[in-house]
Amino acid sequence: MQIRHRFVDRLWATALWTLVGFFVVNLLALIATVVVSSFGTRWLRSWLPADWTLRWYAAAWSEFQLGDVLLTTFQVVLAVVVLSAVFGVPAAYALARRDFPGKRLAMLLLLLPMLVPPVTYGIPLATVLYQSGLGGSMAGVILANLVPSIPFVVLVMIPFIEQIDPRVEAAARVFGAGTGRLFLHVLLPLLAPGVMAALLLVLVRTIAMFELTFLTAGPTSQTLVVALYYAVFASGVRAVQSIDAMAVIYMSVTLVWLLIALRFVNPTQLVGRSKRSG
Amino acid sequence: MTVRGRLAARGIDGVTLLVLPAVALLVLLFVYPFLYGLFLSFRPKDGSLLGNYARFFGDPFFRDTVWVTMRLALPVTLLNLLLALPIALRVRHLRRQRLLITVLVLPITLGTVLVSEGMLNYFGPQGWFSRTLMLLGLIGAPVKLVQSYTGVFLSLLITGFPFTFLLTLSYVTGIDPALEQAGATLGAGPSRRFRHVLLPLLLPGLAITFCLSFVQAYSVLPSAVLVGDPSRTTRVISIAAYQAAFEEYDYAMASTVALIMGATQLAVVGMALGLRGLLYRGPAGGAKG
Amino acid sequence: MGAAPGPAFHALRLDGLQRDFGALNALKGLDLTIQRGEFIALLGPSGCGKSTALNCIAGLLPLTGGSIWLDERRIDTLRPEERGFGMVFQNYALFPHLTARRNIGFGLRMRGVPKPELERRVDAAIAMVRLESQSEKLPGQMSGGQQQRVAIARAVVVEPPLVLMDEPLSNLDAKLRIEMRQEIRRIHNQLGTTTIYVTHDQEEALSLADRIVVLRDGRIRQVGAPEELYARPAHLDVAEFMGYRTRLAARILARDGDVLTLDLGIGQLQGIEAAPIAGETATLALRPDDLQPVAEGTPHLRAQVEAVEFIGREFHGLARSARGDALHFRAAERPALGETLCLGADPRRVLAYPEMQP
Repeated sequence: MQIRHRFVDRLWATALWTLVGFFVVNLLALIATVVVSSFGTRWLRSWLPADWTLRWYAAAWSEFQLGDVLLTTFQVVLAVVVLSAVFGVPAAYALARRDFPGKRLAMLLLLLPMLVPPVTYGIPLATVLYQSGLGGSMAGVILANLVPSIPFVVLVMIPFIEQIDPRVEAAARVFGAGTGRLFLHVLLPLLAPGVMAALLLVLVRTIAMFELTFLTAGPTSQTLVVALYYAVFASGVRAVQSIDAMAVIYMSVTLVWLLIALRFVNPTQLVGRSKRSG
Repeated sequence: MTVRGRLAARGIDGVTLLVLPAVALLVLLFVYPFLYGLFLSFRPKDGSLLGNYARFFGDPFFRDTVWVTMRLALPVTLLNLLLALPIALRVRHLRRQRLLITVLVLPITLGTVLVSEGMLNYFGPQGWFSRTLMLLGLIGAPVKLVQSYTGVFLSLLITGFPFTFLLTLSYVTGIDPALEQAGATLGAGPSRRFRHVLLPLLLPGLAITFCLSFVQAYSVLPSAVLVGDPSRTTRVISIAAYQAAFEEYDYAMASTVALIMGATQLAVVGMALGLRGLLYRGPAGGAKG
Repeated sequence: MGAAPGPAFHALRLDGLQRDFGALNALKGLDLTIQRGEFIALLGPSGCGKSTALNCIAGLLPLTGGSIWLDERRIDTLRPEERGFGMVFQNYALFPHLTARRNIGFGLRMRGVPKPELERRVDAAIAMVRLESQSEKLPGQMSGGQQQRVAIARAVVVEPPLVLMDEPLSNLDAKLRIEMRQEIRRIHNQLGTTTIYVTHDQEEALSLADRIVVLRDGRIRQVGAPEELYARPAHLDVAEFMGYRTRLAARILARDGDVLTLDLGIGQLQGIEAAPIAGETATLALRPDDLQPVAEGTPHLRAQVEAVEFIGREFHGLARSARGDALHFRAAERPALGETLCLGADPRRVLAYPEMQP
């Protein structure tokens, strides 16, 4: 009886770990394929390319105007990060500290953009942007990316602010700190770790945000991920390897920030579920 | 009592006003476009009120996209959930989860475009996947996994499974391990502990996980184009919306498709949440005294 | 359910119980035999291995060495669900999605008890813990004390041969704790079960247990009846646990049987040899309330009064000796601050231990 139990247990565990292993191995191999291909000269009917080269990177850089694309990407991402902090953190503070009529409505408004897929609201939003003349411009891309980012910052920050004891602020007031100095000397240092975590997550998510940028960007306001999409979409035109080189550049940009982010946040936060929302 | 005092008593003071800029911006960028899209959808090019909707449901080219999307999103989401639950139940006992979690976060952060690009190489006829299977003698000729329904299915599995798994794991780890231990000391073996203790506590969370994963899968766009068969079996609803907007420049029709997309997806989510409403939904951490 | 004991057994025997967590040995060979019907308290500071021991007995932690026997049956290889013990967890571990009634009936359901009998036994258990009016509530709607009662009822309703309790009262407030203490002892007596009770509170152990097992660093320090442990702790650690909090270094001047005359440099005291002392030096342990002002003629310590507080009926004071020892004492009349007092104690309350004890 016991021995049978243990055997079934072992079998079940082995099956599950094999499944996980299979998934992880394929995932890593899939990523490795892109990297290997980007460094290979010719890769046909063999396990590895015939020889190694760096020339695809030079080719990709000039063919896809990666200099401009990267610059645009960083401008967009930086603007989105800064603006979502400016709008998101004060809102999170108010929602964490006050109960007011309409609070539930405000929370609903902040939750919805995270629950509705970007394509659904991205298309009407792109329509409005194009009609107001912002469509295709960098400003339009930034505005569109704020829609999921601000709620994200708010939802990450609310629990963080709630766990800061309000008596600390009261104490600062008792000792004569005005609103400005309270913010500068008391709140800012306390909030900094949470703000940084939230912004790093926004940063990683914005670099990878395809749909909204895709729907609102014009030729001069493409970010890296959208440029990559167009390159893959029109893959007959360019050498596969230079597209792969571009993919590796995109991957490195994302991974560097992901690794930085992972030093400060729990990986599950990238999935974007504020704790205990269920 | 002053006006200010009365407002403060209801919770409105300077701090409360801090919420206004964010709310205003979202009204402008989210609510307004949504309403505008709704308004636009009732003003089709032909002038009739319901022309766009009639066109959508009358033309199989549009109508079928709902079915095509469902046929992809529902099985993938359910499969992901079915895989994620037993694995999460195992992984929670693992002391070094972080490495596995970090690896799984990769496809989420890299995004669907990169995964599709990788799939074109990896699952292609000359890719490592087919080669390995042929080396093992499992297949005779390279398998065609991309440019098809299977390709999109796999891409949704690759980006969707980690998402589903991490959400499930966060619910699973939220359950006090003492509850399962209590079940064991009361005579319940592993399968009955799962059925009577874990599952009832997990179901509400799994319903939420299902909804969020389904929303992701339902709005699939880049991989349906890049590794799918975008003119037939993977012509998902977001492709239809995109084409209406940016190929036909018919914003009214595009908004209509987007709204129908939102409505059909909300119908599934609503159903899942409705079922969830029938379940126990309190804390799963063992009530603290 | 009456006073019917669980499946009959005579003794539970722990034989060299060991449990390692990596390099850390939480249990270093625990030997103990528990008779049926006994109430045993495992007492010790946090990290002494008492909860580990309980989890090993329950089967929630596998042993890394040793064995557990129920009479002649070896049970440490069984899974927890096959052992049939009842357990009360520190945070109760009630199933939050089940009502009190269904929580209590869980074990019977798992054992496939027919419905009418199940209902009858659950009703009896609910009555026993006096929760008749709360039985349809979910745990989240109940107070800590009520949840505690449900947890106890759930553990005992299956009439287990052995009930394990892991600091069950630590989440309750002081008043409720004393009330529940009596309740636990009453249920133990009423059902005739065997109970192992883990606690770090010596008062709880003293008031509840038939025998107390004091653990320290994964080993048993002393086993004995509460009054025995209280009067004659065999070890300095145990003495400290029993409230002998004042420690003083001393030199042995004379021996008369087990009564020693000791010199402390700030005066002399008489005490008893609580553990064999080989050398000349000893460590004394005494309770703060055993030291009191005495007449010049009897053995005493001299110290200057630093603080006095009235605690009702008598005074509690703190005095400092010339060499700096802090001496707590009690007095019937208010001593003056700065006054030098002669403080003495009943020799049977002054325990002498070897200076360094293994």
